Amino acid sequence: MKFGVLVFPGSNCDHDAYHVVSKHVGQPVDFIWHKETDLSGYDAVIVPGGFSYGDYLRAGALARFSPVMGAVKRFAEEGKFVFGICNGFQILCEAGLLPGALIRNRGLHFICKHVNISVQNENTPYTSELKNGNVLSIPIAHAEGNYVCDDGTYDSLEENGQIVFRYCDNKGDTNADSNPNGSRSNIAGICNVNRNVLGMMPHPERACEELLGSNDGRDIFRSLSNTIAALES
Amino acid sequence: MLAKVYVTLKSGVLDPQGTAIHHSVELMGAEGISNIRQGKYFEIRFDDDLSREQAESEAEKIARDVLANPVIEDFRVEFV
Repeated sequence: MKFGVLVFPGSNCDHDAYHVVSKHVGQPVDFIWHKETDLSGYDAVIVPGGFSYGDYLRAGALARFSPVMGAVKRFAEEGKFVFGICNGFQILCEAGLLPGALIRNRGLHFICKHVNISVQNENTPYTSELKNGNVLSIPIAHAEGNYVCDDGTYDSLEENGQIVFRYCDNKGDTNADSNPNGSRSNIAGICNVNRNVLGMMPHPERACEELLGSNDGRDIFRSLSNTIAALES
Repeated sequence: MLAKVYVTLKSGVLDPQGTAIHHSVELMGAEGISNIRQGKYFEIRFDDDLSREQAESEAEKIARDVLANPVIEDFRVEFV
């Protein structure tokens, strides 16, 4: 199995993702510069956080036109795994790989803090080591994390089990007080219908070591690597 | 040939920046304002040898595919 971490001009969580895959997942991983057009040989690609293209126009809007994104689309269509974190989630929405959009936080502030998220669908490649209702402490760091979509899209997300994580309190209740940014229905992460593409605003790669305040993020990466291992065997 | 592209948030999409501006404008003493929405404005200058029809279709495509995100935004193109 092999992971890739995309690198756009302005990505800044690429090394964190690389570190987690190599150290905590224990799998081979490469950086992939955004001008690459060939992703053969990889099983999963991480679209990392940061400020690709300086967030010019809209967060994630210009990264969509990088040469590698055509390859990422084909990769996703082949059923391989694409995992967008923070700016990566924004890029995947802009590229049409995930529905909806991420707009400015309700309170306008850039928010950087640990939040709780609860697992809404344990039957995805990214949550197979978790159970519905599990509460994870994972940091967020964004100004545009307010998930919006129209009613029809929301209904289909619900029906298809595409809402994977919701912001919650420490008991797992998803209420208005535990919604940091105004996201529709406390949405923190969604997947596509086929469940091989996941986008989430919280940073699980920053929560893989007790020293950093939480290692709850490991289960997400381990779920993915166990899923890939099961497919290989 | 100059195309002017206006990108605005769809009605119903929260605009916290517009709300903050509205608040500040009221602090300045302005009255009678029910709402302020923030948008974006672009100028695209086309080469003179391009036909008007070509420029219109290019501007429309650029606005739809790049400048606006159709999930949250509407756009309008004007030529001067």
